[in-house]
Amino acid sequence: MDFTIQNNKDTRSGFGEGLLEAGRRNPKVVAFCADLTGSLKMGDFAKEFPERFFQTGIAEANMINMAAGMALSGFVPFTGTFAAFSTGRVYDQVRQSVAYSNKNVKIAASHAGVTLGEDGATHQILEDIGLMKMLPNMTVIVPCDFNQTKNATIAAAEYDGPVYLRFGRPKVPNFTPVDEKFVIGKAQMLQEGTDVTIFACGHLVWKAVLALPILKMMGVNAELINIHTIKPLDVEAVLKSVRKTRCVVTAEEHQRNGGLGDSIAQVLALNDPCPMEMVAVNDEFGQSGTPDELLKAYHLDTPDIVEAVKKVVARK
Amino acid sequence: MTINELERIASQVRRDIIRMVHGCQSGHPGGSLGATDIVTALYFDQMQIDPANFRMDGNGEDMFFLSNGHISPMFYSILARRGYFPVSELATFRRLGTRLQGHPTTAEGLPGVRIASGSLGQGLSVAVGAAQAKRLNGDKHLVFVLMGDGEQEEGQIWEAAMYAPAKGVDNLVAIIDYNKKQIDGSTDDVLNLGDLRAKYEAFGWNVIEMSGNNMQAVVNTLKFARENAFQGKPQLILAHTEMGMGVDFMMGTHKWHGSAPNDEQAANALSQLTETLGDY
Repeated sequence: MDFTIQNNKDTRSGFGEGLLEAGRRNPKVVAFCADLTGSLKMGDFAKEFPERFFQTGIAEANMINMAAGMALSGFVPFTGTFAAFSTGRVYDQVRQSVAYSNKNVKIAASHAGVTLGEDGATHQILEDIGLMKMLPNMTVIVPCDFNQTKNATIAAAEYDGPVYLRFGRPKVPNFTPVDEKFVIGKAQMLQEGTDVTIFACGHLVWKAVLALPILKMMGVNAELINIHTIKPLDVEAVLKSVRKTRCVVTAEEHQRNGGLGDSIAQVLALNDPCPMEMVAVNDEFGQSGTPDELLKAYHLDTPDIVEAVKKVVARK
Repeated sequence: MTINELERIASQVRRDIIRMVHGCQSGHPGGSLGATDIVTALYFDQMQIDPANFRMDGNGEDMFFLSNGHISPMFYSILARRGYFPVSELATFRRLGTRLQGHPTTAEGLPGVRIASGSLGQGLSVAVGAAQAKRLNGDKHLVFVLMGDGEQEEGQIWEAAMYAPAKGVDNLVAIIDYNKKQIDGSTDDVLNLGDLRAKYEAFGWNVIEMSGNNMQAVVNTLKFARENAFQGKPQLILAHTEMGMGVDFMMGTHKWHGSAPNDEQAANALSQLTETLGDY
């Protein structure tokens, strides 16, 4: 993988562009938004397809169920609000009317994790991946940059079934190929290595990319794999890598409980146990601050990944 | 269909309800009996539907959603009697492996059910979404949804109640099964609903009241609602019903909301309900 930074862009803008493109490709794509059109970057879709855009007001439960009702008739509804209000606030609606009823609803969730920043812990959900991956029928996607979020949005629209699509607020390095086809459930090999496997998702993928040259200087040849689809997990790719490297670090902007690391740990424990370290939030809520300050404060930064690698390699 | 024919079907549906709930010794007979006349009139007379060719998308036909999913025995009996699936399957209600789950679901592929319900307060929103889909499709059919009155205590109902008039969703007919009882007692005691008519009117709905256990009144009201569709406003029918209607000892109390009759009680109940179409 070429790690050249093409530009710095927010993943939510990748969603906005992806939604517009999906809407152009398929007239059945519709969008609902609970009073966060600007934040979710859904304005271009709303402008181009006003009859297919539904402003619901600040009423997320109603939004989720209306989307389920509309999906019945063959439409492909996206719902847009912050991740906190896309999951915890509407869990029962998502569980009964989307997941259990297996409706073709795409839950687009922005401002996930501590990198939402100054708004603080009420809005910085760190439990959403766990909540969503526990639901049968639900696909959970956490793309890492602008291009990948755009491509994942297009893939979600083409996929038949409930999808939770998680992205964020800050501008981050955009480095994945512009028009790379996003394959749901297929892990993305970013760098092959032999000494340790780093499985990362979302904003932490770039933090892990930055760890690679540091690790190389330390004499550690790390493999980096982007697990952009938490569920269904690419178990084959995980086991294949681990057979080679024999130790694992996971990195995510989420609680340790219920997140990517938890999914990887399950695969390892059941199939091929080996030393593992998790870079994740450890059972606490976030707080106000800038995204960079918060990533440091909650030990979700590049130095934390490097430390975790040192620790896990020593455990081999 | 004549009123007499509809009443005869309703009597058989009520027998089915008693037999289903008695058969598995669980379920919700009270509300099922009370709402029977409304849903019988919808499925056998008023809705434009094609039971032999059930389509999940509901395109080109009227759609019905049961928001208060616990009155599933009534829903299942009417779906079966209308031809969505074999009447004999009613005997499997709530038994392991059945398509007739305690609350309606789509997971087992039961024809006639389009979405799960059970957790209350969601059906009105689903119906609004389905109604908007019909508008996008240029489909001039109606969407009906039945809700409980206790269910009006759920906050989400009022999100949908605010949305539908604000967006002019006028191909929607919502019905409240207004029996004034819920599982813990009367709605007045549990959480007073206040003036439901005034509340919905204040939200911008056309509100119609009807006697929900008088078949002629039900048919007339549903006809009226269809004639008044597509005039800019959603419609709400406040259906005054009696929980347990048709079985004397189940009426006038909330006690039969969610409990099953024993052998003697079931025999007593069935002696009050004429078998008209043949028991399953």
